[in-house]
Amino acid sequence: MKRFIPAISVLALAFMLPPLLTALKSAHYMTQLTMSAYYALASLGLCALMGYAGQINMGQAGFFAIGGYASAFISKLELSATAGSGPAKALDALGLLSKGLDSYGNSYLSPSPWLSCIAAVLLAVGVSALIGTPVLRLRGHYLAMATLAFGIVIEKVVRGTTALGGADGLSSVPAFAVLPGLEITGGRAARAANFTVSWVVLAAGLLLLANLVASRSGRALRALHDGEEAADAMGVDTARVKLKVFILGAAFAAVAGVLLTHYNGSIGPGEANFMKSVRYVAIVAVGGMANIAGTLIAALLLNFLSLRGVFGSLDDAVFGLILITVMLIGPSGRAAVSRLRAALSPKAAPSAAAPSPRSAAPSPRAAAPSPGAAAGVAARDAARKGGAS
Amino acid sequence: MSLLEVRGLSRSFGGLKAVDGVSFEAEANRITAVIGPNGAGKTTLFNLIAGSLKPDSGKVAFDGADITGLKPFLVARRGISRTFQAVKLSGGMTVLENVMIGRHGRSRSGFLSGMLGAPWTWAEERSIKAEAMKAIELLGISACAREKTGGLPFGIQRSVELARALASEPKLLLLDEPASGLNNRETRELAELIRRIRDTGIAVLVVEHDMSLVMDISDEVVVLDFGKKIARGTPREVQRDEAVIEIYLGREDGAGASDA
Amino acid sequence: MDASLFIQYFISGLTYGSIYAAVAIGFNIIYNATGIINFAQGEFAMLGGMIASVLAPSMPLVLAIAIAVMATAAVGVAVERLVLRRIARFGVLKMIIATVGLSIVLREAALLLWGESVRTVPFFTGNEVSSVTMLGAHFSPQVFWIVLSIGLVTAGLTLFFKLTMTGKAMRACSANREGASLCGISPGAMVAVAFGMSAAIGALGGCVVAPLTQTHYALGSSLAIKGFTVAAFGGLGNSLAAVAAGMLLGMLESFSIVVVPEAYKDVVTIAVLLAVLVAKPTGLFGSRAAGALKAY
Repeated sequence: MKRFIPAISVLALAFMLPPLLTALKSAHYMTQLTMSAYYALASLGLCALMGYAGQINMGQAGFFAIGGYASAFISKLELSATAGSGPAKALDALGLLSKGLDSYGNSYLSPSPWLSCIAAVLLAVGVSALIGTPVLRLRGHYLAMATLAFGIVIEKVVRGTTALGGADGLSSVPAFAVLPGLEITGGRAARAANFTVSWVVLAAGLLLLANLVASRSGRALRALHDGEEAADAMGVDTARVKLKVFILGAAFAAVAGVLLTHYNGSIGPGEANFMKSVRYVAIVAVGGMANIAGTLIAALLLNFLSLRGVFGSLDDAVFGLILITVMLIGPSGRAAVSRLRAALSPKAAPSAAAPSPRSAAPSPRAAAPSPGAAAGVAARDAARKGGAS
Repeated sequence: MSLLEVRGLSRSFGGLKAVDGVSFEAEANRITAVIGPNGAGKTTLFNLIAGSLKPDSGKVAFDGADITGLKPFLVARRGISRTFQAVKLSGGMTVLENVMIGRHGRSRSGFLSGMLGAPWTWAEERSIKAEAMKAIELLGISACAREKTGGLPFGIQRSVELARALASEPKLLLLDEPASGLNNRETRELAELIRRIRDTGIAVLVVEHDMSLVMDISDEVVVLDFGKKIARGTPREVQRDEAVIEIYLGREDGAGASDA
Repeated sequence: MDASLFIQYFISGLTYGSIYAAVAIGFNIIYNATGIINFAQGEFAMLGGMIASVLAPSMPLVLAIAIAVMATAAVGVAVERLVLRRIARFGVLKMIIATVGLSIVLREAALLLWGESVRTVPFFTGNEVSSVTMLGAHFSPQVFWIVLSIGLVTAGLTLFFKLTMTGKAMRACSANREGASLCGISPGAMVAVAFGMSAAIGALGGCVVAPLTQTHYALGSSLAIKGFTVAAFGGLGNSLAAVAAGMLLGMLESFSIVVVPEAYKDVVTIAVLLAVLVAKPTGLFGSRAAGALKAY
């Protein structure tokens, strides 16, 4: 049950924070916290891939951008010309078209944000499946480079295409009516409501991940991370699992992209930038790779600080330094923490006898334990445990 | 027809023929041991059968179907499970979770249903847990079912791996040096366990260096040397086979061979 | 397309191809010594050009470039000693992430020190308007310097790895680390040398090309991607192939203007990278990797 703590906490805060912040005269924080929630969603998608499946994606921002741009583009399409046609009537009947008067008093007819959202996420899923299939066969640095290249391609494409707004991006993106009377959009009046919406969405994402980790697929994921060969031998289709997590990560990023774009009312090529991808990776790394709660906290904190300008012009440098620092203290830091925990716990774990690094840090050339040493170890343990097996 | 049929299996690495035209069968309800000096090609043979290596030539037939060159996870799903020489467990998961992975090939809930925590997955999860616990109890490690495997003693980790392999309800069980690192008492317990496994109808194929264990439990022994099969028969027959004696003890004139 | 336009594109391809090759050679040297991809490689080229451009007004160009190259080499060694050495045992992936972080830090440091304006290095001979004419096409004499430098570097490296003790020691390390250390070679020292050399070569490339392409604090990342593309294209670890691949890619990029809008020019390179990685990760010349060409 404790795996639901992040989701429940976030859900509670979604409703409790707005009145609290308003009372503290800090209501203006809600805007950055809303944006942070959406960015956190993208990092959480990456957490599943990097932490659990042990793969890297240096192009997560590309999927974020695909989501945002696709939704912006589609929801701004002017369909008045085809108003009488069959497909248009069908969409209208389903309630998937928006109509009304724009600020100039002209009537418009466009796909509703629900339609564009679904289409955008499907597009991201499709693209991730398409490039994931060949790319995930690569290892380590090749995979990193391939995903990086993907991210750069997306950025260049959106920056260089006039239909997508070129260097200025797309703006005047319509508000997203999620429920009657509840719209995802910028502006002070909707600030509290939007904060709640974003944090509820975040909580939903956390819930999905918590469920996943505890499920059969989650076990397969964790087994895959700890040793592909063993997972294979147990019937886990490792290639397919990797692809599914990759797509999952892309979907999370795309949803985040869609919602943030409608919230901001605009999106620019900067969202696809390599530095954004680096941030998503850095946040997962700081959070502890396979640690959902850690990634959540790191994401909310770092994004909030960054958006408030706390890092000033050193914004990018901070994330670069974070990457290096986390890598430096990495496993040794975490090993130190777990040693501390073990020392402080009441029952002395027999871990002192068994060589735990063998299982904790999977090395590509895991050496077989020499029978002599292992026999000695086993004998000692057998004696201590009094022969019970 | 035998459960497992290996015909003319060969595999080279560079210029070295690790497995050279090996043929033999393994039956259900029997323990077949594969022995030979270090470097004789035993683990390579296992890898060829289990699918983690592709043979250069030859055929592997299992349960009537040709499984030569199939991907490892597909081989596993057909009912062949294996343990590894160096224990390969998920250190961060508990014993129970590790063994539950063994049920992966026998269950179906996918990503989407997993994420949604859908009700139709609950029954399957319960059954996976139950089957896993059965294997854990059989191996006698229920006491540490909820502990993370990373900190457990080597002997227990071995048992967890075996439980995991058993949980998958295999028809053929490949054991790669299951006795390495175990003391005498543990080895005797292992022998008893393997016999019990065989008696449930599973075919067991064991690679082992511990001769007393091999002679004790095997119904049939296959001897490899330099990738070739040089002898096959009951433990008694193989013990008396001249070619086998030669590779283990060397010829009269003192031309030594590697020790088991 | 007439001959002069062709020559124009050709020269442009040669110019850019050279710097890609320089970065790729750097990638290869480090890859051979350590097995990792040093993401910060592009930054070395940037640093070389930047430092030279800062020093050039106050001293002879040759001196400015020499200092720039040596300073960047020092940065390379420092980076390896202080940061990467400690992360080395955590695995390839963590190393890559660390070098990504490093490249960002170096880039931001450059921004902090020298601002965001585009800088330039004086032409080695002549100036920005001098030109040489060949077959109706005009191009800068700097191009000769670029080609000459790359040629000298390639020749120099070949001799270095074949004939000098250190070169042979490095090759020994890359072939078999443990065996080499048993022979008294210190792998740690070899890695430091590898980083120093890669940084120096990258910096030299940056200096030589800077008069034509200008230099800018954010230059590093795109250079890194392209340099890696070239290295992978030729086969990771194979620097002779990298030079060939570099020229090829430079040409491809240059001539792609004919079919693809300017804005998408970079996409061509990246698409090549993705294609290479997916179709033949060992690169064009990869299958001969085991041969003598894997000199460095």
